[in-house]
Amino acid sequence: MPADAMREDNGYVRPELVCPAGTPAALRTAVEAGADTVYCGLQNETNARNFPGLNFTVSELGGAVRFAHARKSNVLLAVNTFPPAGKFGLWREAIDAAVDVGVDAVIVADMGVAEYAARTYPQLRLHLSVQAGASSPEAIRFYCQEFGVKRVVLPRMLTVAEISDIHRQIPCEIEAFVFGNIGMMAEGRCSLTNYVTGVSTNMDGVCSPAAEVHYEEDSDRNLTIKLGAFVIDRFVCDERAGYPTICKGRYLCDAKPAGYYAFEEPVSLNLSMLLPDLMRAGVTALKIEGRQRSRAYVRAVVAAFRHAVDDIMAGRDPALTSLIELTEGHRQTEGAFRSKTWR
Amino acid sequence: MRGETAEITLGPVLFNWQPERWRDFYFGIADEGAISAVYLGEVVCSKRSPLFLPHFEEVSERLAAAGKTVIFSTLSEVMLNLDRQAVKSVCASPDALVEANDAAAVFHLQGRPHHVGPFMNVYNAETAAVLARRGARNFCLPAELPAGAIRALCAGTQALGVTVEIQVFGRVSLALSARCYHARAHGRTRDSCLFVCENDPDGLELRTLDGRPFLAVNGIQTLSLECLNLIHELPELRAMGVSRFRLSPHTCDMAAVAAVVRGVLDQRMTAEEGAARLEAMKLPFPFSNGFYHGKPGNRWTDAAPH
Repeated sequence: MPADAMREDNGYVRPELVCPAGTPAALRTAVEAGADTVYCGLQNETNARNFPGLNFTVSELGGAVRFAHARKSNVLLAVNTFPPAGKFGLWREAIDAAVDVGVDAVIVADMGVAEYAARTYPQLRLHLSVQAGASSPEAIRFYCQEFGVKRVVLPRMLTVAEISDIHRQIPCEIEAFVFGNIGMMAEGRCSLTNYVTGVSTNMDGVCSPAAEVHYEEDSDRNLTIKLGAFVIDRFVCDERAGYPTICKGRYLCDAKPAGYYAFEEPVSLNLSMLLPDLMRAGVTALKIEGRQRSRAYVRAVVAAFRHAVDDIMAGRDPALTSLIELTEGHRQTEGAFRSKTWR
Repeated sequence: MRGETAEITLGPVLFNWQPERWRDFYFGIADEGAISAVYLGEVVCSKRSPLFLPHFEEVSERLAAAGKTVIFSTLSEVMLNLDRQAVKSVCASPDALVEANDAAAVFHLQGRPHHVGPFMNVYNAETAAVLARRGARNFCLPAELPAGAIRALCAGTQALGVTVEIQVFGRVSLALSARCYHARAHGRTRDSCLFVCENDPDGLELRTLDGRPFLAVNGIQTLSLECLNLIHELPELRAMGVSRFRLSPHTCDMAAVAAVVRGVLDQRMTAEEGAARLEAMKLPFPFSNGFYHGKPGNRWTDAAPH
């Protein structure tokens, strides 16, 4: 249903809270903590969090759907990477499995995968992954026309005002990120990991693979962090280090000979203070990132956002200060969402 | 057509060159027989587009008069209203051949013959088929695709009657962002950039904290430090069905690069001889071919057939 039809008297649209689940246990935790919807992936390169020890077998996915549906929550399956020619069958099987176990929607990025899903299963609800990088009304309308996409997950590069503007120009729902890891590069268009490690974010579903991350400590307890063969940051012993990715590393250039965060500092996205604005901007769903995070993390973040959304809808002030403890390196940003000076 | 022809194309200039340098570069290319098609237009930053406007018509007419096919490339990232207007206006003239680098351009080009650029995620034949149905005739594939996937994609698109193009020379685009990293390096934002990217006509080099050259920044774009060089792989690419070979412009002698690639494609020169000639040009960056061989993209691998 269009978000505006659900607008309440106070001007807010009650948003669907979309929460991450890296494991069946995390899925149960998220549902119990108040998730309206949980998203997950299969144990292979068909999704963008293809990490060892994470994700679902088809049979676990079936169990997760039954568990969630019994508690009136929805399950989405992310099939949101780009199959290289010759391997397309694996992505086709993922779509088939999603239909078999009765997920509520699949999140796709590749046009070929979207086409297969739309033609083979006309009743299957399709969401457009942030990995598709649809950042304008025209791009979004293309995916709606071509594949009947019902919802777009917007890139993390837009201000709230721009989101509101896009909302008025597209025929589908909007899902926006509110919390978690924030990559600096346009999603679905970054091959930095492949450049350094030979494993591709788009094709293999891996960004900054743990197996390629190396820590070297010197006698003063300074920590050098390498991805593959390249130093991507160095910390003195009392600095907090986030999970190392190339886009949050420190480098040198002629204008910054002492080193600087060339792309972004190691911060997490936290839009909790902008929640009321997002809930007026026509956003249908709020997305929390973090399929790779622990159950304790999922429980804390989902519960905090559940209360915050309910408080705002009821006209109460939300309490969200506890969320900073859960951000990466305990540092947070509102990224692009508040102001375009971030760019 | 496949396997019979082998065209050399010149990708769009990715960098913010001085307008006169930009114009003179293309005037030189117009006289260069080895290159048959030229992609023209700003693909990185919509703020730069007006800088080239005074020379745009003159350049495109000169290239066309010299017998080049001129293809107008659209922005790779379309988000701001300025970006959207730029894409719309490139796609608006019905006779122009356009290369789409974002789904917004694909939206505007429906039903018209057009090209699909390397910033679009065409990783498989199924995706190519969707776009071909809407009018796409040529696909320049993403640079990170390994040989096996290029081969399978060529085979899978044969029935579509489309051509496949591969970048074989120049720094490789690795990432795009909403933020301008050139401005950031100079303590500015994208809105207050004062076009500081014009100081780096081949990109701004980033080094790791231990001083190792690593990446190159070009406005919102991050590029490989190395220059892609698929001279050894040309015969194999031709055999797969790739018929268009793209050079991405740098400040080095692009006519000389084109002559070497032409020589190898026409078998007037061995790949080893071509490689030695490119090496002898003493470019300011090392070569890489890792992506093609399924290795980290920054690497150079001595060619082995797949």
